[in-house]
Amino acid sequence: MNIIFYLSAVVAIYCTLRAVFHKHAVHALLYLIVSLLAVAVVFFVLGAPFLAALEVIIYAGAIMVLFVFVVMMLNRGEAAIQQEKAWLQFSTWAWPAVFVLLLFAEWLYLLFYQPPAVAPVGGNQSIMPQQVGEALFTRYLLGVEMAAMLLMAGVIGAYHIGKQKQRNYHRYLEEEENLRSTASEKQTQQVI
Amino acid sequence: MDVFHLLWLVPAFPLAGFLILALFGLRLHSRAIAWIGTGSIGLSAILTLWIGVHFLTQPPANYQYSLTLWTWFDINGFAPGIALYLDPLSLVYIFVITFVSFFIHLYSTAFMRSNEGYVRFFAYMNLFVFSMLVLVLANNLLLLYLGWEGVGLCSFLLIGFWYRDEVNGYAARKAFIVTRIGDTAFIIGLFLLVKQFHTLNIQDILQQAPVVWSAGATAVVWVTILLLGGAVGKSAQLPLQTWLPDAMAGPTPVSALIHAATMVTAGVYLIARTHVLYSLAPAVQLLVAIIGLLTLLIAGFSALAQHDLKRILAYSTISQIGYMFLALGVGAWTAAIFHFMIHAFFKALLFLAAGAVIMAMEEEHDIFKMGGLRKKMPVTFWTFLVGSGALAAIPLITAGFYSKDLILFDAFASTQGSFWLWLGGFVGAFITVLYTFRMVFVTFYGEQKKPITHNPEEEKAMMIPLVVLAVLSVIGGWIELPHAWAHFTPFSDFLTHVLPPTNLKPDMESQEFMLQLLTAVIVFAGIYLSWLAYVKKPALSASWKNTSLGRACHDFFYKGWMFDQLYDKLFVKPVVWISRIDPHDFIDYIYEGFGRLNVLIHAGFSRTQSGYVRWYLLCIAIGILFIFSLILFV
Amino acid sequence: MISVPVSVQLLLPSVLFLIGLLGVLIRRNVIFMLMAMEIMLNAAGLVFIIGSSLWKQADGQVMVIFILAMAAAEVAVGLALILQVFQMHKTVDVDQLQELKDERERG
Repeated sequence: MNIIFYLSAVVAIYCTLRAVFHKHAVHALLYLIVSLLAVAVVFFVLGAPFLAALEVIIYAGAIMVLFVFVVMMLNRGEAAIQQEKAWLQFSTWAWPAVFVLLLFAEWLYLLFYQPPAVAPVGGNQSIMPQQVGEALFTRYLLGVEMAAMLLMAGVIGAYHIGKQKQRNYHRYLEEEENLRSTASEKQTQQVI
Repeated sequence: MDVFHLLWLVPAFPLAGFLILALFGLRLHSRAIAWIGTGSIGLSAILTLWIGVHFLTQPPANYQYSLTLWTWFDINGFAPGIALYLDPLSLVYIFVITFVSFFIHLYSTAFMRSNEGYVRFFAYMNLFVFSMLVLVLANNLLLLYLGWEGVGLCSFLLIGFWYRDEVNGYAARKAFIVTRIGDTAFIIGLFLLVKQFHTLNIQDILQQAPVVWSAGATAVVWVTILLLGGAVGKSAQLPLQTWLPDAMAGPTPVSALIHAATMVTAGVYLIARTHVLYSLAPAVQLLVAIIGLLTLLIAGFSALAQHDLKRILAYSTISQIGYMFLALGVGAWTAAIFHFMIHAFFKALLFLAAGAVIMAMEEEHDIFKMGGLRKKMPVTFWTFLVGSGALAAIPLITAGFYSKDLILFDAFASTQGSFWLWLGGFVGAFITVLYTFRMVFVTFYGEQKKPITHNPEEEKAMMIPLVVLAVLSVIGGWIELPHAWAHFTPFSDFLTHVLPPTNLKPDMESQEFMLQLLTAVIVFAGIYLSWLAYVKKPALSASWKNTSLGRACHDFFYKGWMFDQLYDKLFVKPVVWISRIDPHDFIDYIYEGFGRLNVLIHAGFSRTQSGYVRWYLLCIAIGILFIFSLILFV
Repeated sequence: MISVPVSVQLLLPSVLFLIGLLGVLIRRNVIFMLMAMEIMLNAAGLVFIIGSSLWKQADGQVMVIFILAMAAAEVAVGLALILQVFQMHKTVDVDQLQELKDERERG
């Protein structure tokens, strides 16, 4: 079993790296989906089969598909890839990388030289879906209700924001637009 | 329904009036302003009367009633409440406050009509009445202090009512600052009380004090001296009396209400309210008597030399409050409260009548430029005469006689009294008669020196209060007859539920008649003397004034015994000198430095607002790194 | 069950989280930033799962379910916003979106 953990961990890290640094949005998304699937395997190995399933269905299945849709709607072709290439310069990522590496070093120190004061006994154990369900609908009932409300708000918000198409220009852009349209009208009149 | 539950409405009406006038006053018609301003006090007065009748016929248990509205705050068990306390003492006070205020408001509706700031005036006046009611109804000293400061604020605002004139602003500031000295002493006294009892509830303190403190203990001496400091400041007694004559810069109704009838007697109320503490500190109580005695003499002599009608009345107020302090000092608690009530009636009357005179004379305050008004203003003259009679304590027919005679007798006959205290008060009474009738004769007799343009006698709203107060100044005394007369003393009997009766030395009542006779003699002698000096032979007073001794005395008394000049030398000059040698206060640099530092820090932080989201994210990442480093390595 | 040391188990979410953080910091494309944030959320969920598994308590998994719900809502609203921003500004460059910055500072 350990080998599965290590394997999927390596896959997850590699794919995540590719996803973050890839220049093509769709490819990056596909890498991300693979990474999420690998994490789902890790979930399963850690004894959380229910969450592994949810990870595949919701994260990899639903959320990422949303991303794919949006990327397709914003389809900007080859120019976008060139743009991404131009943006990912050394000067852009050097300082963030330094800080992140420092943070990583600190976490390594934390994980390997300062072990937790109270260590759990008995190693990893699996928790079956019925236990999760029990906890979810007894102790966390209020949380479930609130999550439901949050989702509802998300749906309404997304619908509301997404529906206002084009009309909601910023005023500068609107002025520009008006100028351009009047200019083109003049042009057409001259042609006539 | 228990009418006492409505007690909170008594201060609530004036507060509501104030709020309405302050918030919506500028949109209201002047008639509506007058109705709201006066009506709110009228409602309070009617309610007070109702409560008072109820209190007399069906008194609550132990003649005291407590109404806790809510807890103000609660810190470690120290929880002063917004709580009202009604007993005979506060009942007398709210009765006087609401009724006298009502009549003064009624008078003001006509008196202030031609002034701009009509609504401001009534808003302040309502706020004042509210604060004063809170002061006397408070069941703990902190709430009392709130009312105490509230009336001080209103006094400041109303003295400087005509703020465009710089002199008025100066007078207002002076009143505020001088009383503040007393207030500071007062609140330090409160701190001492809190430290000792961990409460400021008056009744709790009064009950515990005799248990905790033995008579003459250092703590109780300090507390009483500090409370006395507050009382002295508010009631314009020696050595803080200098603000009251200048306070006459305010409108006359203000002088009548705040600086004669109610606020200046808050000090008397405070001492009467905490009488148990003073009984525990006999030395301080003697000090109260001495302060009262000195003040009444000094103020009396000062009044003798004044030319300004209102300043005469102001000094006379100081002097009469001196009598109240004298009474408090000799343990004649009820006599002090009795004199407070009678004084409120006749001094309000005198001020209001003086206001009418001044209005008729087109803002002329100098009595030597008036004269001969007796025929032209009969109502004003007769009511003023009644008030003067009460002030001079003409025997039998005026209320002032009964109250002042009681104080003089108690000063002589009380176990804490003495011949010397009586003699001082007796001399004071003679001086009172002199200056009172000097004022009456000069103002109303002789030849007319100035024509009357607008006679205020046509104003019903101004004349009704005069007549009502004049009636009260006569009949008010009949509820407390001297000891020797048939023992008819319902007022004292009513107050004995709060204040202890006066302890008399044995076999004194036989001498009371003699004292009364003496008083009567000097009253009539005084009237005759002033008549002689100012009506029959005016040359007599003029020739005395022209001698060098007479001139020196006149100047000395005219300036109120030079107290202003003394304080100027002692306190003001040194402060001015210090500020002159240190114009750029070095302490300022520290605070300016704080300001500069803040500007610097702000400049630095505003630069971080670059507008780049990724920069903000990087800052967050740096923050995480920083916090982790702190946790791990520090 | 696996017998990987706890520290090594926790290393995986740490690395994932830091990669996500790095992605948020260096990408200028808003869509990539959103993706990177999903990675970070996922890493946090992984920590919960590890904890839940080690202590044998269902609470951790419940938390991950909440994270999932939250991520779904967030992505829905976030993507709608990105679409709208793209409609307005014709760009997905986060550095050009400075409408909320004080005008005076920009000179």
